[in-house]
Amino acid sequence: MVDQATLANVFWFTLAAYLTLSIFSFLYKDNPFYRLAEHLIVGLSAGYWIAILWHTSLKDLWLYPLVDNSVALFSGDFRAVEIWRLSLNVIPGVLGLFMFLRFFPKIGWLSRWPIAFYLAISAGVSLPLYLQSFTVEQMRASMIPLTGNPWEIFCNLIVIAGTICGLAYFYFSMEHKGLVGGMAKFGVWVLMIGFGSTFGYTVMSRISLLIGRFRFLIDWCTLVVNYFK
Amino acid sequence: MAENNNIGFWQKLINIDRRWIYLAIGIIVFVPILIPLGLPVYVTSEVEAVFNRVDSLPPGSIVMLPMEYDPATMAELQPMAYAILRHCFSKNLKVITTALQIDGVTIIRNDLAKIAAEYNKKIGEDYVFLGYKPYPGIVILNMGEDFRKPFPRDYYGTPLDSLPMMKGVRNYSNCAMIIDINATSGVDYWINYAHTRYQADLAIGVTAVMATDYYAFLSSKQIFGLIGGLKGAAEYEKLINHPDFAAKAMDVQSIAHSAIVIFIIIGNVAYFASRGKKRE
Repeated sequence: MVDQATLANVFWFTLAAYLTLSIFSFLYKDNPFYRLAEHLIVGLSAGYWIAILWHTSLKDLWLYPLVDNSVALFSGDFRAVEIWRLSLNVIPGVLGLFMFLRFFPKIGWLSRWPIAFYLAISAGVSLPLYLQSFTVEQMRASMIPLTGNPWEIFCNLIVIAGTICGLAYFYFSMEHKGLVGGMAKFGVWVLMIGFGSTFGYTVMSRISLLIGRFRFLIDWCTLVVNYFK
Repeated sequence: MAENNNIGFWQKLINIDRRWIYLAIGIIVFVPILIPLGLPVYVTSEVEAVFNRVDSLPPGSIVMLPMEYDPATMAELQPMAYAILRHCFSKNLKVITTALQIDGVTIIRNDLAKIAAEYNKKIGEDYVFLGYKPYPGIVILNMGEDFRKPFPRDYYGTPLDSLPMMKGVRNYSNCAMIIDINATSGVDYWINYAHTRYQADLAIGVTAVMATDYYAFLSSKQIFGLIGGLKGAAEYEKLINHPDFAAKAMDVQSIAHSAIVIFIIIGNVAYFASRGKKRE
């Protein structure tokens, strides 16, 4: 959809179109226009991330509660619950600051504390759930009954055979000869079909992105023409 | 002499400068954008499942629609988000949205506001935009307890308790379903935490590259629907009877795919022909 043909829109759309064409120019060969666009996106992204993190996260989840809890604590009578609430703001803040100690080699080791803290939490929370979602549930889905109409039975057989033979290909404790070799070969075919469908989807994805950019360039041309009409 | 010429032709074809291929694909993609053909789009059961579930909800139900895409993937996922938002708003469903991919926060804010304006929907009453918080896994886990934990305020700074739509809405159990539109492996977090941990009904909309990875979750019934790439978006547009960008782009996709298949066939013929001649 083409935006209103104002001078500001024409300027920003033209800048975006220039950057799009600069990136496309790499398809011909590496050049300064491409490099400028590449450096711009790296720099802009870093700045944008800092602004978004500050406005949507640090202020909301840390600064405001820190101020509120400090006021509550120091204007009250130092109740344990208020001390606890404030410590929930202070401790993560201090741990966050520890990350910057990497710039000071003598006490740089302290930066490992917040990393260790985060890793421990992530591992504890993720491991059982990942095991359930990605292993147990998938195993359950491949344990399917060979009942129903002949077509269903055939499809279920393909799933079972594909799973077992695919796994046989990755079984390295026996030489891939005889029955195991045959299963591994069938497993390779199953894998190849999987890779083929992934390739097809990847082509579709990349073409979609190209369509998106071309659509943008057409919109830009329409906007510029409308402005100068 | 003629044989040598023949070898030369196939060899030249194999050694063709790849930039000619880029140019050919560029032209093949560009021309059908200007001249639409209106080729048919067929609806798959995995997209229809999402449509049917949304369509069966009574007005006022809450759909959680996390939108996690950025400029690099918006060509595929933005049409999908538009189609689902149009469906929800046309059915008077309420929508809670997050944007857990940092590059896309402002794009998603604008997309949400744009489609809401089409249906005269009001922020805080008909839809809520929670915005971004870092570490999606932890945010998704926290939202399962209470939306207010990771998002004490919405994106615009309004406390959640002040928003009429959020009265009595605490966590996923108050949402009829979650449809995660995601361009990253963050989908795993939604499957892991929202579905496995909190048993939320989950469907996903992903880029085409990711789609094959997630069909396994469809057959294991961990997700009830899957919308894959621009084709999935075009199917959804067809189902809601509102053809837009994705539907138009399907002409281009069909023609470009046909061209790529022809290129692959030519490449293989050239390879085997030149190899056969060399052996002789």
